[in-house]
Amino acid sequence: MKRIVRSTLQTALNLAFFAILGTAILSATYYLTHAAIVHSEQQEKLKLITQIVPTELFDNDIIQDTLPIAADPLLGTTETTTAYRARLKGVPSTVVLEAIAPDGYSGKIALVLAVRSNGQLAGVRVVAHKETPGLGDYIELGKSPWIKGFDDKSRTEYSAEDWQVQKDGGKFSYMTGATITPRAVIKAVHHALQYFDAHRDELFAPQGGRS
Amino acid sequence: MNLHEMKDIAYNGLWKQNPGLVQLLGLCPLLAVSNTLVNAVSLGLATTLVMSLSSAAIAPIRSYVPNEIRIPVFILIIAVLVTVVQYIMNAYMYGLYVVLGIFIPLIVTNCIVLARAESFASKNPMLPSAFDGMMMGLGLTAVLASLGALREVIGKGTLLSGIDLVFGESAKAWVIHVIPDYHGFLLAILPPGAFIGLGLLIAGKNWLDLRAAAKPRKQPAANVQPEAAQG
Repeated sequence: MKRIVRSTLQTALNLAFFAILGTAILSATYYLTHAAIVHSEQQEKLKLITQIVPTELFDNDIIQDTLPIAADPLLGTTETTTAYRARLKGVPSTVVLEAIAPDGYSGKIALVLAVRSNGQLAGVRVVAHKETPGLGDYIELGKSPWIKGFDDKSRTEYSAEDWQVQKDGGKFSYMTGATITPRAVIKAVHHALQYFDAHRDELFAPQGGRS
Repeated sequence: MNLHEMKDIAYNGLWKQNPGLVQLLGLCPLLAVSNTLVNAVSLGLATTLVMSLSSAAIAPIRSYVPNEIRIPVFILIIAVLVTVVQYIMNAYMYGLYVVLGIFIPLIVTNCIVLARAESFASKNPMLPSAFDGMMMGLGLTAVLASLGALREVIGKGTLLSGIDLVFGESAKAWVIHVIPDYHGFLLAILPPGAFIGLGLLIAGKNWLDLRAAAKPRKQPAANVQPEAAQG
């Protein structure tokens, strides 16, 4: 009996030793790479943001000037997201919002939108999607300029019926064979603009850098 | 480790027991990430690194680990190494990290890594084990690279697309447009293309082996030509 206890204990200690050793190695690596990871993630975000917000439109540290946005059905979000505010000489020029189109052909389509203070879209980009390659993926800028069709559009310029693909009587083009994808994106952008119009003052509120 | 032993290990890893073509282990990443050459080689090299390190780490401790818990300990070591590689890629190759996504952490579950730990590193000294891990990894990388190149050329008409994710923006010029003005052949990029491509590679290897075995006799009919299954 004693022997069994002893060998079990030994085995357990052995496993625990390796677990602790592994954790120590991981902690050390995390510690060493953490700063670089945060840096490259921010660079990546900045790269995306500057694609839709021209750099001459802001002079603030846009990555730091953030505002937490509570989940909202108009944005399609289920978790708190972050809005980035672009300011030029302290005057708010553009806000970058995240939105999700929940009804893509295969699941959610994640978008970022940049909206100017006058309610015009500065640009929209697809961040993540699972649409059919070669068919529904023309919403990516790398595949087709379709997404640029949103540039400079606003909710006041187009009526609610216009925010649809041409096939449904709207003003947006689409590609034959894949209408579900653009429908989802257009709807999500339209909703996000409604959200923007309803929350404009909060979005541009001066106090920033809460993150 | 003498030269003969080394040659044996290398031959096993690269050809005779090739993980991708013969053992058929680790097919999930093989099929999923082989849509372009750059993706394929990147994941292949990450796997090779993990396999060399894990085999090298497991071999010296093999006599201290009780037999009953060796599998959990091996998995623990592999998981730690994969996470270290993942952190490093996340920090210094962010673009590639995003593209390879879930397949980096999934190296842990790639059975070829544990298979080498269990069947080779747990029975051999450190140097041959590390070499075996490396050769098996390179064998897998070679298959991944062939499959990636095949799918990329047929599917997109290019080679090395996405190289800028590894070497920065300036590398964009390295992309080779094998077939100019190519409209793409979607099947090759989608999962079926991976299965068909791997099938062709396996058939090709078997054909070469058969031919080598039958050398003294007349060559067997070459009706297993890769193109046959293409349509």
